[in-house]
Formats: sequence, C-alpha cells, structure tokens
Amino acid sequence: LSGIRISDFPKHRAYDQVFFLCTKTQSYSRPSYFPWRCIEKILKDDASEEKGERARMASFVGAIAITDLVKTTLGPKGMDKILQSTGRGHEVTVTNDGATILKSLHIDNPAAKVLIDISKVQDDEVGDGTTSVVVLAGELLREAEKLVAAKIHPMTIISGYRMAAECARNALLQRVVDNKENAEKFKSDLMKIAMTTLSSKILSQDKEHFAQLAVDAVMRLKGSTNLEAIQIIKKPGGSLKDSFLDEGFILDKKIGLGQPKRIENAKILVANTAMDTDKVKIYGARVRVDSMSKVAEIEGAEKEKMREKVKKILGHGINCFVNRQLIYNFPEELFADAGILAIEHADFDGIERLALVTGGEIASTFDNPESVKLGHCKLIEEIMIGEDKLIHFSGVEMGQACTIVLRGASHHVLDEAERSLHDALCVLSQTVNDTRVLLGGGWPEMVMAKEVDELARKTPGKKSHAIEAFSRALVAIPTIIADNAGLDSADLVAKLRAEHHKEGCNAGIDVISGSVGDMAELGISEAFKVKQAVLLSATEAAEMILRVDEIITCAPRKREDRM
Amino acid sequence: MALAFDEYGRPFIILKEQDQKTRLRGIDAQKANISAGKAVARILRTSLGPKGMDKILQSPDGDVTITNDGATILEQMDVDNQIAKLMVELSRSQDYEIGDGTTGVVVMAGALLEQAERLLERGIHPIRIAEGYEMASRIAVEHLEHISQKFDFGASNIEPLVQTCMTTLSSKIVNRCKRHLAEISVKAVLSVADLERKDVNLDMIKVEGKVGGKLEDTELIYGITVDKDMSHPQMPKQIEDAKIAILTCPFEPPKPKTKHKVDIDTVEKFQTLRLQEQKYFDDMVQKCKDVGATLVICQWGFDDEANHLLMHRNLPAVRWVGGVELELIAIATGGRIVPRFQELTPEKLGRAGLVREKSFGTTKDKMLYIEHCANSRAVTIFIRGGNKMMIEETKRSIHDALCVARNLIRNNSIVYGGGSAEISCSIAVEAAADKYPGVEQYAIRAFADALDSVPMALAENSGLQPIETLSAVKSQQIKDNNPHYGIDCNDVGTNDMREQDVFETLIGKQQQILLATQVVKMILKIDDVISPSDY
Repeated sequence: LSGIRISDFPKHRAYDQVFFLCTKTQSYSRPSYFPWRCIEKILKDDASEEKGERARMASFVGAIAITDLVKTTLGPKGMDKILQSTGRGHEVTVTNDGATILKSLHIDNPAAKVLIDISKVQDDEVGDGTTSVVVLAGELLREAEKLVAAKIHPMTIISGYRMAAECARNALLQRVVDNKENAEKFKSDLMKIAMTTLSSKILSQDKEHFAQLAVDAVMRLKGSTNLEAIQIIKKPGGSLKDSFLDEGFILDKKIGLGQPKRIENAKILVANTAMDTDKVKIYGARVRVDSMSKVAEIEGAEKEKMREKVKKILGHGINCFVNRQLIYNFPEELFADAGILAIEHADFDGIERLALVTGGEIASTFDNPESVKLGHCKLIEEIMIGEDKLIHFSGVEMGQACTIVLRGASHHVLDEAERSLHDALCVLSQTVNDTRVLLGGGWPEMVMAKEVDELARKTPGKKSHAIEAFSRALVAIPTIIADNAGLDSADLVAKLRAEHHKEGCNAGIDVISGSVGDMAELGISEAFKVKQAVLLSATEAAEMILRVDEIITCAPRKREDRM
Repeated sequence: MALAFDEYGRPFIILKEQDQKTRLRGIDAQKANISAGKAVARILRTSLGPKGMDKILQSPDGDVTITNDGATILEQMDVDNQIAKLMVELSRSQDYEIGDGTTGVVVMAGALLEQAERLLERGIHPIRIAEGYEMASRIAVEHLEHISQKFDFGASNIEPLVQTCMTTLSSKIVNRCKRHLAEISVKAVLSVADLERKDVNLDMIKVEGKVGGKLEDTELIYGITVDKDMSHPQMPKQIEDAKIAILTCPFEPPKPKTKHKVDIDTVEKFQTLRLQEQKYFDDMVQKCKDVGATLVICQWGFDDEANHLLMHRNLPAVRWVGGVELELIAIATGGRIVPRFQELTPEKLGRAGLVREKSFGTTKDKMLYIEHCANSRAVTIFIRGGNKMMIEETKRSIHDALCVARNLIRNNSIVYGGGSAEISCSIAVEAAADKYPGVEQYAIRAFADALDSVPMALAENSGLQPIETLSAVKSQQIKDNNPHYGIDCNDVGTNDMREQDVFETLIGKQQQILLATQVVKMILKIDDVISPSDY
C-alpha cells in the first residue's frame, strides 16, 4: 500500500485526485470491468461496478490505507503530518489531529470516505479520539479481512463484532470511576484528562500549564457545553509558555482616536446598528433634488438624523459603545466629543460573547433607554500583547466567559496549539456533563480485550472467531502507541496482557519510561464518553463496510475545461 | 433493411438515417432485453432478506450511499439501458405504492424473465408466454388471499404491528435496534392514523436526522423539529404554552408590486419618511404583541432593528423557516399562515405546550423543538447515528417501516414471510397448471418455478444450501398442508414463520406479483429495438 497522492492536481480536475491505493485495486476500478459486457451494457459509459470479493477487497484496502495513514499520529509520541492545500498559495498545515488530516484529503474510495466521516462526527460530538476511532475501525476491518479469507461469512463476523462491542462496553462500564460527588477529586480527574489529551499534541512540553488553562476555562462554564464563551486569541511572538488565561474579555480591536484609553466602572451598550449612512429602508425611495442648496439641506438633515441617534445612544448614560457594524467618522467624532469609547466592527461572535460576559443585551433601537439592559465591567483598558493593541475588559459581571491568549513562534504552531486546546476543551466540557472517567495509556483497550477474550471462549460457533478478532483489534491500539514511541511493542503488550490477568490491575503503557506502569499513579486518565464513542462508532463503521458486496460507481460528472 | 418500394418501384425511406441506427429484431431483441433485465435483477439478488448484503453507490459527484434498499440502489445506479430503466421504474412504483418489497419485486421479475428465455428457446410464442404468466399471476394472487390471515390490533395492542415492522427492519443495517425503531415507527403511524377511515397521511410524519450520538438515541417527538435557532442570541430558549404567529411576510416596510419611486426633494419629506419607517417597525411588532403571540415564526428574515424591537418587547422569533416546515408547524399547532400583518388575529395563532432550543455536541448546532402541539397528530422521528450514511440508510429503513405499518392499517391482512408465501403460491400454481390445456400450461409451470427463486435467493444469502433447503421446505408444506413454512434465515431452529413472527402485508405481496408480471409481459412483447448506434 503505497503511493498516496493527495495534491499536485489542477483544481478543475478534482475528481482525478484519486487515491491510488495499490496497483492491484486500481486495475479493478477501471471502467472496463463489465461482467456481462458481451451481452448488454446496463450502466452508462465510464460507470463501473465491482462485485463480491473484489468489492470487499476494494473497501478493505481503502479503509486500511486510511488507517495506516493516520496510525503514526496516535499516542503521545505520534508524529505530525504536513498538509499542503491545492488552493491558491499552497497553504501548509502541520498537525497530528486525526480529524484535521482526514478532512483535508481528497479521497475516491467509498470505504475510506466512511472512515473519514466517522472521524468528523467524533470531532463534532466529543472533540477528541478522532484518530483512535479510525485506527480501531481499520484494525477491525484488517481482522475481518483475514476472517473472510478463512471463508467466514461477513454476516457471521458482524454478529460476532456486535456481541463483542456490547461486552467491551459493559467491561468499561464496570471499571469506570465517577468522582461527581467529590469536587476536589473531580477537578484532579479533569486535570489528568486534560494532560493526557494534550500529551499527544504540540503542547505536550507545557502540558501542565495548558491543562490548568483548559480546566480553569471549562470550570468557569459551570456545566454548559457552550465553548463559544471561551475565546481563543492567537498572537504570534513569545513562546507557548507565555500563553495565559484572562478572566475578563479581550476584544481584538483598537480604540478610536481621541477617545479615552481607560475607563473605570464602564457602562457598556452593545449594539448592532448601522452607524454609517443609515439609509431610509422604505422601498423605492431615492433622493431627487434640483439645486445644490437642496443637496446641502438634505445632507444636513442626514447629519441631524445621525446626531439624534447618537444623542439617543448617549441618553442611555453609557461610557462605552460597541457596535457590530462600521462607525463612520462623523458619529465617531461625536462619541469622542462626549468622552465615550466607541468600538466599531466587532465581529458577530465577539459581540455575542461580549453581551454574554458583560450581561448587556444587543440593541438595535434606542428609543427607550430605560428598558435596555446595559453591560457592566470594572475596567476597560488598552493592553499590548506583542506588538498589537487589544481592548481588555476586566471585572466583568458574568464570570462564564474567558479568553485564552495563545502565544507562539509561528502561525503554524499557533494553529496547531489552538486545535489541541480545542480538543482538550471539548473533552473537558463533555466530561463535566458525563463525569465517568477511565484510566488511559492503553488500559481501557486491555480491559476490553480481556473481557472480549473471555466471551470468545464461552461462545460456541463461528462467531467466536469474530469475537477473538475483535479483541485482537483492540490490542492493536496499545501496540501502535508503543510502536510509535519506538518501543518494543511485542514485548510490552505481552507484559501488559500478563499484568491484566490479575484482578483490578491498573497497568498501561508508560511511554516516557518505555515500560509497563501503573496508570493510576502516573495520573493518565481518559473520559469514558470519548472511549465509548470510539468503540461504538468504529464498530458501526466496520459493520457498514463489511456488509457491502457490491460497489457501483456512477460516471463522474463531466466538468468543463476552464483552461 | 427499412427500405420499401412503392407501386412504381421507387424506393422510399421508412427509417431516417438508418445507417446510424442499430436494430434488433425478433428473438434477438427479446433475448437482449431479457438479459438486460436479468442483469439488473442479479445486482439486487444478493440484497434480499435479513442476511442480504449492502451496496456502495458512488454518485457522479463522488458522494457515497450505502444501502440495501432496492429502490434506492436502482435509482442511483445511473442506468443507461432502456429495459434496465423499466426495471428501475418497476422498483420505484412498488416503492410509491407499497413502500416495501422493492428488492423482491425486481428479483421476481428477473426470475420470470429467466424462465421466459427458456420457453422462448423451445419455440413458444412470447404472447403465449405472456398470457400464461397472466393466468398464473391471477392464480397466485387468489391463493395469497386464501392463505392470508386477518390480525387484530388496536391503539392499545400494538405488538402485532411492531412485529411486522421488525420483519421489515431486520433486513436493514439498523437491525441492531430494530425493536426500538419498530416501536417508534408504529407509534408515529398510530398517532397520525385515522383508524375509522383507515387512512394514514404519511406527510404528517417528518423524519429528521442529525449526525452524532448513537442509533439508540433515536427518538419520537410528538411535535416538530426545525433546524433553526432564535433570531437573537439573548431571546429565551424555552417557551411554555406558546402562542405562535406564523408569518410569511418579512419584518420590513412593505414593497408594493407596482414599480414606483419615492422622490425625496425636501428636508421635510426626508424626515417624514424616516418617521414613517420607524412607525412601520413599531407597528409590526405591536400587532404581533397585540394579538397575544408569544412566539413569531417567520418565513423571511428581518431587519436588525425589528429583531431588537422583538427582543425588547420580549417576543421571541425564529427567522428563515422553510415553506414546508412552516406548513407543518401550521398544521401541528392549529395555527393559520398569515401573509400580512393586518390579518393577524388571535384565532389565527397556533398553540404549542412547549417550544425549546436544544444544542448538540461540541459544535454550535441548535434545533428548535415544538412539542405538545394543539393538533398533536404531527410527529417527528429524530434519528441519531454514527455517520451521515448511517443516518440516510436509517431514514430509508424507517420510511419502509412506516409504509408497512400504514398498509396494515389500511388493510389488516397478512401473509407469512421468509419465502413461505412464495413457496405456497408456487405449489398452488404448479397444481393449477395441469388443468390448462394448450401451450400456456408450460408458461404457468415456468411461473411456479420463478416463484421459487425468491426463497431460493433468501436461502442463498443466508448461507444455506438453496436447492436442498427449498425442496425440504416445499415437501414439508405439502405434507403438513401448512403454508407457514419458510426459510429459516436467522438460524432460529424452526421453519414455521408463524412461530418466528415473520410476516408481511398481503397487499405488498400481491402488488409484487402483479407488478412483476406486468413488466415481464411488457418486455416480452417487444420484438424490435431501434436505437441510435453508439457515436
């Protein structure tokens, strides 16, 4: 399996960006394969059909190729990938986030697409484990391929896998730890999860620092999963260690000229209104005048209108005005005259977050100042981060939102850091809702594998082969983690399996020292929700691909040559 | 070939540009057509039954569909051949009429064609074959009626319905939680069914899907979901006892249809216009408030100013709701769709017990649930699943299950599944064949053989020895005179489909046989194919 070609194609031939998986399947996917060609042609030209063994072969090969692609990124010593886009500028992304890698691939193999899809869903649902889910699904298929070769019907394999998945899930459920009652312990659980998640990312050098950041940020949300309230600002410069969590709110804007740079006890009006020309919205209205003096008059009236609007806004008794839309020079001047800080062009998310933080409402009309809720904060000031000026709101009323400022050497580092932090935040926010926690470092896989092995021994019939295969696929994950860390996986996994034969064992792979270690002591934890989602989606995807016995590919839509 | 001479011996052309066309005649045409039909049936044959396999279909744009629903496979296959297109139509009409059995009908038609080919080789005229098939199909349909059973269910006893839906779902990928889905489908159908008139309006059941979660999280909502959120982030996320104004007019100053211009040439005019504009917004919101609405659902967008006014007056609003959804909301809440603000009256408001916004996962996906509606008959089935293809396939499976439940409410006769009905029909047709004098006898016998092909395919897909199993079941049926013996696909240990609770609707089965016969007759009658030759 080699020769993966991702880019280097002109855009208009996007459908040519086929995954050349291996020369063997490539020849099958040629449209010339028609079993009844001698009799009659059923499908359109260029459409192709693959049946039975060949279809299964194509989907196995596709899925396994994808697995091998992301496999090396798994675990704390996983490697990164460089992705170069085909778009203008050939932008480069460096990442080891499974979902990000898979999202950027152009793939023609249908089975591979199924795997990409599950990774995307994993990202949306729990945020982490995007690589694991693909690797597990791929390993399940790899095992299934062997079973199919041994003449076991796919349907038998599926029913075996189903039993095994159910059994594995129960095994996990029995071993979960739930520290919901004990706030202190729960917080340390969160900390451990965050560290474990971050240890496989670029932030691993400063994982304690970032884990602390992430836990603090999530704890402030008080159980809500709305990650919108956590703002991440990226500023190149400094080192990753300089990143910090700010309790207040930082808006990436400049303060208008001649306006106060520092306001204490600010009353903030958050608005979404036109502060430029404020058109008359009645349909078909237009200005038609016959002399220059009339133009001046109307201009005056317009100005008057704006002045009135500004006056109304001032009537709210505010000293800071934040608008989503542009503020033209004229009203800005008026605001400056009144000594009010006016901030224009805050993007929509920024506005919503600001409203959330300061407790104000987003206003668009200003006729009844008494009923508009204003936002409050203790201090607004301009701060410098690196070379950029930002506006900092501190001492805000609602403590839910916060800002994380990321510093780093380059944009690539910052982007990757943001993705890693996002993963950690997602996992944490999900864990706050579902407080069950497991140990990490290959421990859950070994626990599941042990139970599934037991089940295989008890099950009569061909299914037991499939159940056994499921346990082998589970063990593949610690194997890959060890391999990626450059350790002797065969030796380690065997030791691990022996350890797990004892009751209540906490053994997992300690990548740092390269041996089997006690995961509880090392403080390596994972969220139960993530593991469960990995297990269920991977089984579902493997099942879906196994059920297929025919692939029909329609003729690609003809694209006009835009050269 | 298409050259004729008139009475003066001059040649004239019947077929234009004949050298650019290919033509097949007589037995060749029939054979070509039959082989095309068979080829389509062959594709679907492996998808039949609870152990049937799926197909991956890749659309021209590269999207992937994974399914084992016959109608979907054929529809997306991008078929070029005319006869193959007929088969696609066949499956589609079964889908429209019955909703289930779309694979079986094509397999049946393929088998009939295969038998016809043999008869043609023996020199039997196609019309005679067609007539024989017609007679045989009549016998089979009557026999089905004969072996069918009525079964009772009511709003309280839904178990038989659930069982039938489970039979349908067991052949799909969702069979892991078929019980759950079958219950959902039956409850959904019963809540919209009119048991007295025996009618079910499936339009009232909306099937929505959202990626994420697991299949077991699929739920039935007695109400409606809309993939929208509140227009202003600070509006309340939950409204109890909502009175809903359903509007199709935007919150904007009116736009007269006639072309017009408002000229502004003095300062006064400018100011009056401005005031007027403000008044418009104010009036609109006030009108909604006056009639007592506590939620506004609008088909169009609205201006920031209107948005804030609504927020200000504590009137939550939803914007950009699609036309179909708007209608559903109107039906469910018993409200009327109001096209103009002037026509808003308290009677036209819809009512719902609870409207709430729900967010999913780590992305900011939000959906609006409208529940406990005044007219509780509209329901939504909300599907969750691991990936997009899974959801699409679940949607199709649920559709099939809904159709089956509906058919049972319309007509509560059932026949037993697992190929038992086909085997029983085959025996009856075989026995009847001998009574017919003439060549048709052979065609009728061939029909009986073709009926055997469905249980044969079932056995094949389940990994059983097809011929052995079929002959065993057949002899058992004749010996015990019991039409309930079928193929034991799930390896339960008994052949009696009544014990396994595997059954299908009578009309579904009858329709399958009738439709398949019709199409085969049509194909057999073609004896000349003229088509433009390739390029």
